[in-house]
Amino acid sequence: MASSDALLPISAREEDPLCPYTRLPMADPNQETHGRRRRPFKGLLAVSFGLLFIAFYVALIATHDGSRSNHAGIDEKETITSRARLAGVSEKSNDGLWKLSGDRNTPAFEWNNSMLSWQRTAFHFQPEQNWMNDPNGPLFYKGWYHFFYQYNPNAAVWGDIVWGHAVSRDLIHWVHLPIAMVADQWYDSNGVWTGSATILPDGSIVMLYTGSTDKAVQVQNLAYPEDPSDPLLLKWVKFPGNPVLVPPPGILPKDFRDPTTAWKTSEGKWRITIGSKLNRTGISLVYDTTDFKTYEKLDTLLHRVPNTGMWECVDFYPVSKIADNGLDTSVKGPDVKHIVKASMDDTRFDHYAVGTYFDSNGTWIPDDPTIDVGMSTSLRYDYGKFYASKTFYDQNKGRRVLWSWIGESDSEAADVQKGWSSVQGIPRTVVLDTKTGKNLVQWPVEEIKSLRLSSKQFDIEVGPGSVVPVDVGSATQLDIEAEFEINKESLDKIIRNASVVAEAEEFSCEKSGGSTVRGALGPFGFSVLATESLSEQTPVYFYVAKGKDSELKTIFCTDTSRSSVANDVIKPIYGSVVPVLKGEKLTMRILVDHSIVEAFGQGGRTCITSRVYPTSAIYGAAKLFLFNNALDATITASFRVWQMNSAFIHPYTEEAFRALTRT
Amino acid sequence: MKMMMMMKVMMMVMVMVMVMVMVSEGSIIEQTCKETQDFNLCVSLLNSDPRGSSADTSGLALILIDKIKGLTTKTLNEINGLYKKRPELKRALDECSRRYKTILNADVPEAIEAISKGVPKFGEDGVIDAGVEASVCEGGFKGKSPLTSLTKSMQKISNVTRAIVRMLL
Repeated sequence: MASSDALLPISAREEDPLCPYTRLPMADPNQETHGRRRRPFKGLLAVSFGLLFIAFYVALIATHDGSRSNHAGIDEKETITSRARLAGVSEKSNDGLWKLSGDRNTPAFEWNNSMLSWQRTAFHFQPEQNWMNDPNGPLFYKGWYHFFYQYNPNAAVWGDIVWGHAVSRDLIHWVHLPIAMVADQWYDSNGVWTGSATILPDGSIVMLYTGSTDKAVQVQNLAYPEDPSDPLLLKWVKFPGNPVLVPPPGILPKDFRDPTTAWKTSEGKWRITIGSKLNRTGISLVYDTTDFKTYEKLDTLLHRVPNTGMWECVDFYPVSKIADNGLDTSVKGPDVKHIVKASMDDTRFDHYAVGTYFDSNGTWIPDDPTIDVGMSTSLRYDYGKFYASKTFYDQNKGRRVLWSWIGESDSEAADVQKGWSSVQGIPRTVVLDTKTGKNLVQWPVEEIKSLRLSSKQFDIEVGPGSVVPVDVGSATQLDIEAEFEINKESLDKIIRNASVVAEAEEFSCEKSGGSTVRGALGPFGFSVLATESLSEQTPVYFYVAKGKDSELKTIFCTDTSRSSVANDVIKPIYGSVVPVLKGEKLTMRILVDHSIVEAFGQGGRTCITSRVYPTSAIYGAAKLFLFNNALDATITASFRVWQMNSAFIHPYTEEAFRALTRT
Repeated sequence: MKMMMMMKVMMMVMVMVMVMVMVSEGSIIEQTCKETQDFNLCVSLLNSDPRGSSADTSGLALILIDKIKGLTTKTLNEINGLYKKRPELKRALDECSRRYKTILNADVPEAIEAISKGVPKFGEDGVIDAGVEASVCEGGFKGKSPLTSLTKSMQKISNVTRAIVRMLL
């Protein structure tokens, strides 16, 4: 109010020497009277303007608050983060593709049925047709490995989700069974989504899964086998009291999904965790139960990491610090670390961290908070196309086994034309790397070796800048195990020479130009699914370079940028640094299976899964090459290549069942 | 008399300023569209739909997916008409027809279901793919496309829709 005078327009100020009124020469006797009459009028004017400006400020504040409350969370910080999220993902999106297609000189690629049908894998799990995504409830029961999965029975894109089902004796040869659970209750009518199995001490099975209700609220439901004496677990019963969990206060109805396998607490209760988010902080909620029907929510979270977004498919399990076997999910103790893993909705990356679990309050802290779950620096199971992964404890062979959804990297039109979309990765054993103590090591399950047919051993010296064809006959279904050595003089030249600049820290598979860029000590490796002329090829390679500490660093990559001439597929360059300890040789393993390439560096310390869609490097025209693009180092490669048989995955028939039961 | 007039004018000005202030603060549509790469396109698309003024972010995304659907149908009609007018383009038109039918029958339903059910990442996939299919169709004409402006529209709308879907992640 005190300011209202200052806000008065100049014409209202009587004393203003610039005001024309006061300059009028006439000493009009009426002027005095007018002046007197003007005073109350001007007073009113003053008050009105004062009110006007108060109203102005009130309106400003009111609407500002109003719009803030409508956007709980969209404040300055949010804006910056959301733009970063937009930008961050567009790098790995189809932006590169759009540039290509925008170039008028690049014709569209027309897929024919021969090219498309070649893409189907021979020994990776996939349903006969249509769309698949997350692995669900993997378990071993009465002599059979069971695998369930998110499945769309109606189309080759996500939708109408139900639980597909298959069984195997060995995690490799599968028989498709009828659909295990459909969306037939109000609490899952909009989707029978991801869940996990818990095997109780008496051997019985409990399945917890997320249902999307008829109002599209995400809830957790309980199901169990209808007939526990049926080893094929064909039929499942949903608990009549479902849902057993609904979104708790503070959690949005669409941020509550993917319950884990339960573990026993020291109080003798069962505990599960479920991923969610609070604004942009990824979190994992914890619940205790004695009967899987009623739960108490803990006040504490298992863990939370800001700015990581929604945590999907959370997984939580113990790993041994001293032995290389798997551990039952309930194991705790001084020789045990615990892994927290989550699938990041924002980036489609699976991240994990090694840490310590506190059973008394159901919390967990990472060993290294600078690489906490979900941060861009945090470890990933796999640096390629790999999401919604889930482990289970295989009590049959005492190992922890990892499943993962491997989606397509092609256009949906191609998926619709070929009639299917997505495969699962080859199941991998997971253990803590006892040599480094800081990361996990994964390796394809032993049973995959049963697919190995004939093999050839090679020992080849490859000079700098050369490509060597490797004659193995057919090259679309291969298992390659290789060891590499860089010649000593070249290594010494780089390490001892102070003038050689450190470049390892700047190198990234994604941004450093791929396999054609030449460094002193690399890249070198294999080129799979390559044409004779190398018009299409997928190099899998090591890049060795000097680091800032003058020690050598090794990076492991898969370059799909030239895997296909087609312009409607995504062709990234994937990879990461791989730890190589003193005295270790450089080793890699590659599984080639038509449109999927799984690469394992240093025994599975760094893994890369890629999807590739060559148009000519298919069938008999696909070849294998060994290459060395280093500027002066010579590489010696010792490797064996196996032809891989098909796993003959097919639907249930009496014969198929009998054949499997015999093994 | 003059006083009353002045008072009325004052009131009117007051009201006008308040309204101006409220409007310039930005509606939900404007706030949301600010976070996309094409504010003007975003605002005009959303304002053209009666549901826009009362929709939340999911609702805005669904409106844009509807626009994608509408543009797809329009483009398919255009393609059908071109068979007679430009028979020499048959091969490219066949490919385009296939691509746009994918948008209509696969991408759009997938995106609608995913966003309505709270798993927006599948919606993002569908929306990205709409842009991809349009680009691939365009490329098939080797520089002489009769569909360029429709392609550009699809690419732009797909980009904006994607940005909004990402806000739901």
